[in-house]
Amino acid sequence: MTTFDFLLHGLSVAMDPMILFYALIGVTLGTAVGVLPGIGPALTVALLLPVTYGLDPAGSLIMFAGIYYGGMYGGSTTSILLNTPGESASIVTALEGNKMARAGRGGPALATAAIGSFVAGLLATLALAFLAPYVVKLALVFGPREYFALMMLAFVTVSAAFGDSAMKGLTSLFVGLALALVGIDQLTGQARLSFGVPELLDGVEVTTLAVALFAIGEALFVASQGNTGVDKIEAVKGSVWMTRSDWARSWKPWLRGTLIGFPIGAMPAGGAEIGTLLSYATERRLSKNPEEFGHGAIEGVAGPEAANNASAAGTLVPLLTLGLPTSATAAIMLAGFQQFGLQPGPLLFATSPDLVWGLIASLLIANVMLLVLNLPLVGLWVKLLTIPRHWLYAGILLFATLGTIGMNPSPVELGMLLIFGIMGFMMRLYGYPIAPVVVGLILGPMAEQQLRRALAISQGDWTTLVATPVSAGILLVATLALVVPLIMRMRGQGAVLSQIASDED
Amino acid sequence: MSEFYTATKRRPNGAAFVVAGALAALGALLIWQGFAIPDKGGYAGIGSGALPKFVGYGLLVLAALHVVSGLRDAAPAMARPHWTPVLWILVGLALQLILLKPLGFAIGSALLFACTAAGFGKTKLVLTVPIGLALSLLIYGVFDQLLRLKLPAGVLEHLIFGG
Repeated sequence: MTTFDFLLHGLSVAMDPMILFYALIGVTLGTAVGVLPGIGPALTVALLLPVTYGLDPAGSLIMFAGIYYGGMYGGSTTSILLNTPGESASIVTALEGNKMARAGRGGPALATAAIGSFVAGLLATLALAFLAPYVVKLALVFGPREYFALMMLAFVTVSAAFGDSAMKGLTSLFVGLALALVGIDQLTGQARLSFGVPELLDGVEVTTLAVALFAIGEALFVASQGNTGVDKIEAVKGSVWMTRSDWARSWKPWLRGTLIGFPIGAMPAGGAEIGTLLSYATERRLSKNPEEFGHGAIEGVAGPEAANNASAAGTLVPLLTLGLPTSATAAIMLAGFQQFGLQPGPLLFATSPDLVWGLIASLLIANVMLLVLNLPLVGLWVKLLTIPRHWLYAGILLFATLGTIGMNPSPVELGMLLIFGIMGFMMRLYGYPIAPVVVGLILGPMAEQQLRRALAISQGDWTTLVATPVSAGILLVATLALVVPLIMRMRGQGAVLSQIASDED
Repeated sequence: MSEFYTATKRRPNGAAFVVAGALAALGALLIWQGFAIPDKGGYAGIGSGALPKFVGYGLLVLAALHVVSGLRDAAPAMARPHWTPVLWILVGLALQLILLKPLGFAIGSALLFACTAAGFGKTKLVLTVPIGLALSLLIYGVFDQLLRLKLPAGVLEHLIFGG
C-alpha cells in the first residue's frame, strides 16, 4: 500500500463518531489552555494521563494530539488581545499582533493567525504523512548506538543550545536525569535511589513532575509577583474578515512559515519557539514595508503563527517514527503512548497501522475543527481571558492535584508534588528552564538503556558509539550544538540565543 | 512566559552558591549510591550503578561551574518575590496532603482552592471555601462516578454519593 492508501484508511478510522468526539474534546481543551495564560498543552496532557488510563488508546492519543494543535491555535488569541503570550511559542505573535489589535485591526490579526495556522497545520500534517514512512525505513537501520546519539542530540538542543545560559539548561537537564534514576533499573531489576520507600520503587511519575513544575511552580511564581497591574484586553473592533490586501500580504508568509517551522519541529532541536523567531526574522527581511514591523505588520503575525503550527506537526515526525520527543509536550505524549503499552517507533507503523494513520488523519480533521472553533467563535475564547486570576489559578491547582490524586492518592506522591512545586517556583525565580527537567526524566532511562545495549553488543568497547558514520555524525552535531553557543555567548552574541529560550511547549 | 523584572541587585551572588551546594549534595548522593549498588557489569562492562555515578559526576561539575559563576558574575536583577501569597498556596497544598486520607477529596481540595484564591488576593474565606467545596464535589462526581478515576472518599462523599 502507498502512503495515500494508508492515509485514506486512516481517514476511515478517524471518521468514526467516537474518534471524532475525542478529537473535538482535544481541540476544544487545547484551544482553551492555549488561550489561558499559565497553562499550556504540556501540562494539560500530563493532567489527562491518569484520567485516560481506562479509555480507548487511539481516542486518547488523538485527543492529546488535538490538545497540542489546539494549544498552538489558542495561544495566538491571547498574544494578540492581551500582549501576554498564552503559550511560549506565541511570544513573537504578541509583538505585531497586539500592535494590530491596538490599532483596531484585531480582527484581521486573529484571522490571519487562524487561517495561517490552518494552512500550515494542513500542509505540515500531509508532510508528516508522506515523510513518516521514509523516516521509518531509515530508522530500521538504526541500532542502539544511533538512538543513543540521537538522544544526546535531543538533550543538548533542549537544554544547552538556546536560552541565556548553557549552565542553567544543563543543570535542569541533570536534575531531570537524576530524578529519572529513582526506581527500578529496567535492565537488571536493581532498585536505585529508593531508600527503602516502596512508593519510590515506581520512580518519579511524569504526571507528578510535570504538574508540579508547570502548574504549581507557575502558580507560586505568578502569586509571588503580586499585583503587577492587570493587562488590558483589547476588544475586537470592526470586521474579523481580512481585506484583499491582507490576503495578498499573508499567503506568502503562511507558506514560508510552514516551510521554516516543519523541519525545525522535525529535527531534534527544541520547541516551536525557534521556528517562530526565524520566520519573524525572515518576514521582516523580505517585507516590502519593513518600517511597519514593530507597529503591527500583518506578515509578522501570519508567518510565525504558521511556523508554530507547522513545527507542532513536525515534532510528531521523530515522536512517531523514532520514539524521540523534541519538546516537553511531545515528551509527555510519549509517556501517554507508554501508558497504553505502545512504543512509538518504526515497529508501531507495522504493528498498529490503524492507530498511527488514524492519528495522522485525525489531525487533518482536527485542523478543520480548529479553524471553525477559532474564527467564528473567537468571542467565546476572549471571555476566558476575563476570568479573574484568583479563580483561574485556584481552579488550575484543583485540577492539577486531581491528576496526581487520581493516579496515586498517597501522601508520598502529594509530598513529591509539593517539593517539585517549590523546586519549579525556585527555578522560575532564578531563571532555570523547566522543559529540560521533564525531557531528562522521560528520555533519561531510554538513553541509558540504549547506551548499555550498545555497550553490551560491543562487549564493553566504548568506541562503538562512534563506529558508524551516522552515530558519529549525530554526536558531532550534538557537540557542535553544545560548543558553538558557548563561543557565541563568550563573544557577546548571547542575546540572540536567550531570545530563543525554550520555555514550556 | 511571564517575565516581570524589578531591580533588586544583590552584590555577592549568594543564590549561585546555594544552588552549587544543593547540586554537590545531590551529586555526592548519586555517586555514593552508585558505588553502593552491586554492579554486575555483564557484557556491557557497566551496570546499574554506572549511570548514577555519571550523573553524579556531572552534577559535581555543574556545582563547580556555579561556584565559578557566582564568584565572577554579579547577581542578575530578579523579581523580588512576595512571600505571603506563596505561603498561602503552600499551606493549601499541605492541608490537602494531610486531610486527603482522613477527610476525603472534597474537603482537602476545597481548602486548597480557598487558600490559592487567598494567595491571589481573594481572602474572603466564607465565600471561597463553599465555592471550592461545590467545585470539588462536582469534580468528584464527574471523575469518580462517571470516569471511574479512584478518588479518596471521606464523610462528605459518602453522605452525598453513598457507599
